[in-house]
Amino acid sequence: MVYTPIEKLAQATPQPMAQKVRGLSDRAIAWIFVAPSIFLLLAVNIFPLIWTIRLSFTNFKVNRANRDIEFIGLRNYERILTDSDIWMTMQATAHFLIWTIVLQVLIGFALAYLINMKFKGNDLWTTIIVLPMMLSPAVVGNFWTFLYQPQIGLFNYVVTFFTGGDPSSFSMIGDVHLAPWAIVIADTWMWTPFVMLICLAGLRSIPDSIYEAAECDRASKWRQFWTITVPMVLPFLMLAVLFRGIENFKMFDLVVQLTGGGPGNTTTLTSIDLKREAFEKWRTGYSSAYAVILFVTVFGLASIYVKALNKVKER
Amino acid sequence: MRNNLTCTVALAALTAGAGVASAEDLTLCWAAWDPANALIELSKDFEEKSGHKMSFEFVPWPNFADRMLNELNSGGKLCDLMIGDSQWIGGGAENGHYVKLNDFFDAEGITMEDFIPATVTGYAEWPKNTPNYWALPAFGDVVGWTYRKDWFERPEIQEAYKAKHGHDLAVPETLDELKNIAQFFQEREIDGTKVYGAAIYTERGSEGITMGVTNALYNYGFEYGNPESPYELEGFVNSAEAAAGLEFYKTLYDTATPPGSSNWYMGENIDAYKSGQVALQMNFAFIWPGVEADPNVGGGKSGYFPNPAGPSGQFAQLGGQGISVVAYSDKQDAALEYIKWFAQPDIQARWWELGGYSALKAVVEDPGFATSQPYAQTFLDSMAIVKDFWAEPTYAELLLAMQQRVHDYVIAGNGTAQTALDGLVKDWVEVFEDDGKI
Repeated sequence: MVYTPIEKLAQATPQPMAQKVRGLSDRAIAWIFVAPSIFLLLAVNIFPLIWTIRLSFTNFKVNRANRDIEFIGLRNYERILTDSDIWMTMQATAHFLIWTIVLQVLIGFALAYLINMKFKGNDLWTTIIVLPMMLSPAVVGNFWTFLYQPQIGLFNYVVTFFTGGDPSSFSMIGDVHLAPWAIVIADTWMWTPFVMLICLAGLRSIPDSIYEAAECDRASKWRQFWTITVPMVLPFLMLAVLFRGIENFKMFDLVVQLTGGGPGNTTTLTSIDLKREAFEKWRTGYSSAYAVILFVTVFGLASIYVKALNKVKER
Repeated sequence: MRNNLTCTVALAALTAGAGVASAEDLTLCWAAWDPANALIELSKDFEEKSGHKMSFEFVPWPNFADRMLNELNSGGKLCDLMIGDSQWIGGGAENGHYVKLNDFFDAEGITMEDFIPATVTGYAEWPKNTPNYWALPAFGDVVGWTYRKDWFERPEIQEAYKAKHGHDLAVPETLDELKNIAQFFQEREIDGTKVYGAAIYTERGSEGITMGVTNALYNYGFEYGNPESPYELEGFVNSAEAAAGLEFYKTLYDTATPPGSSNWYMGENIDAYKSGQVALQMNFAFIWPGVEADPNVGGGKSGYFPNPAGPSGQFAQLGGQGISVVAYSDKQDAALEYIKWFAQPDIQARWWELGGYSALKAVVEDPGFATSQPYAQTFLDSMAIVKDFWAEPTYAELLLAMQQRVHDYVIAGNGTAQTALDGLVKDWVEVFEDDGKI
């Protein structure tokens, strides 16, 4: 016999408790317990989503609430999808997303691999490495602004120490070509430890017996790495990519502190642009359509990715 | 008879009650900056005289508009009094955020003719140039320039400048002279330190670069629209003269500002100037008392001058704010009492003494005013040449469009000045079309 989740919950309810509430069936008691959660979910997630979709077909502006709201069909969607500035914002977001993930995965995995080796002071180094991710993104944005300062910033001095030249000859956050990399570097510095921790969990979950068996079969270290370590850490790595991808898609505070989205629109990510449309320009209908487009994009990409992740896990 | 007696007693009680106003806890909202501290000090007198208690909600400038407009748009009751930015007046009036003050002014004998005309138009009127008042001018402010007088006076610097330009190094009267001076100081060694020309507004996120670039645009011939036909922008916003003004600002940024100053506004400019990095800084007049009091650059080491003239005239970007009563407040009577108290000449004079820029004619036209502070005359000269940004209810959309277009050209170096302004016209037309103005 197949039970529904609510019936399973009802069965799991302790007998004496069910008996105490006279006149109520087990199913009713189960509903009483889950109803607050369902109500909360509907109120906090589902209702705003439906409301946003509804607003996206209107010209509503929250700062002109006394003006008549007009239904304008797909006009907001059409304007967004044909706006070259929004496509530039999408490109900036894609650049940020791809490079932060690539760098964080490579460096995070390498650090985890090193930390996983037994050496003196291992725990101390782990603690030191994870410090950046404990800071507030706004604080990190602020102090990287100083690090990138051409006249007094440490970053320019370190670069010119190796390359020669005048430290004030380039500006990481004022140059259109360098600014996208400035935000990638700051985010990588902050969040690589997070990827490292996940990879470390993956590495430590591999039983030693597998490596011992490989040693018996005279597999080289290189071969062991590619046929044991990488495949067994891959699900963890993919999970880290998912987390970082979702987080960086909505990146806001660090970039606002560092560049304010400039120079021009070079580092204006979609979240910054959306916030400006919604809460600075007060174009509520337009920004609702923008939010729906981003939601569909992220939801679609995440669904495809989760399917791929499940396949990797099944292998 | 008995009924009549009861009515008389009740009426007497009511009349007596009306005369005794209950003490309220009033909240005044403004930006977090030096003048706000002066206002706290000034308001102690109001607390003493009225019995009301004053609380203050100050928000740093970069988040001020976001925070306070959110408050107003949501009908919040946090603020009873709002010292809102000049550009908010249209939205404040049309969206019902501010209480109209005409009747109150008439009843209390407060007349707008007693205030500097530019501040009345800029901070109080909506629609502009009509006698509909939504605020009392509270803090006059304008963009001006501060310079290192002590550097300018050094013989070796005077000599080097004369050798290069053929005339004495002096306070610039034109924007071209200003550029020459800033370029002259760029990367010059003074007291063993490399210094730079000028700190100018370049900030991207809020309103910075717009508040800076307009000082060049106005003086080169930029207009917000056809003076004969409002909202006709083509050929006025993007005229060849306006494009030349924008090119001027870019040249100034490219050749005469400190490296890395791509996102600077009031705070960064103050820091650069006080730390001796730059010879000149563009900034609102509110910083001048702080400059005078600074141990590094104050006490006669600094001088002040209004925004220099360009080929089409001499103008400066208006700053400053008016004080309004928030329509959602439950304590409007007490808030109006505050405005009545604040408008008094002796309170306005004290306001100036504490570092607040009074807009009352009786204060600024006092014979001793111009010499009362080293920057007082520059303030008066600057207030006489002001122009302001749009104050439409859609000002935020208009501002953000300009921020993007101008920053993209001046700082990022994309496109030309003409394409930037053409793009701006397109954006602004779209905003006005959406708003039903055209």
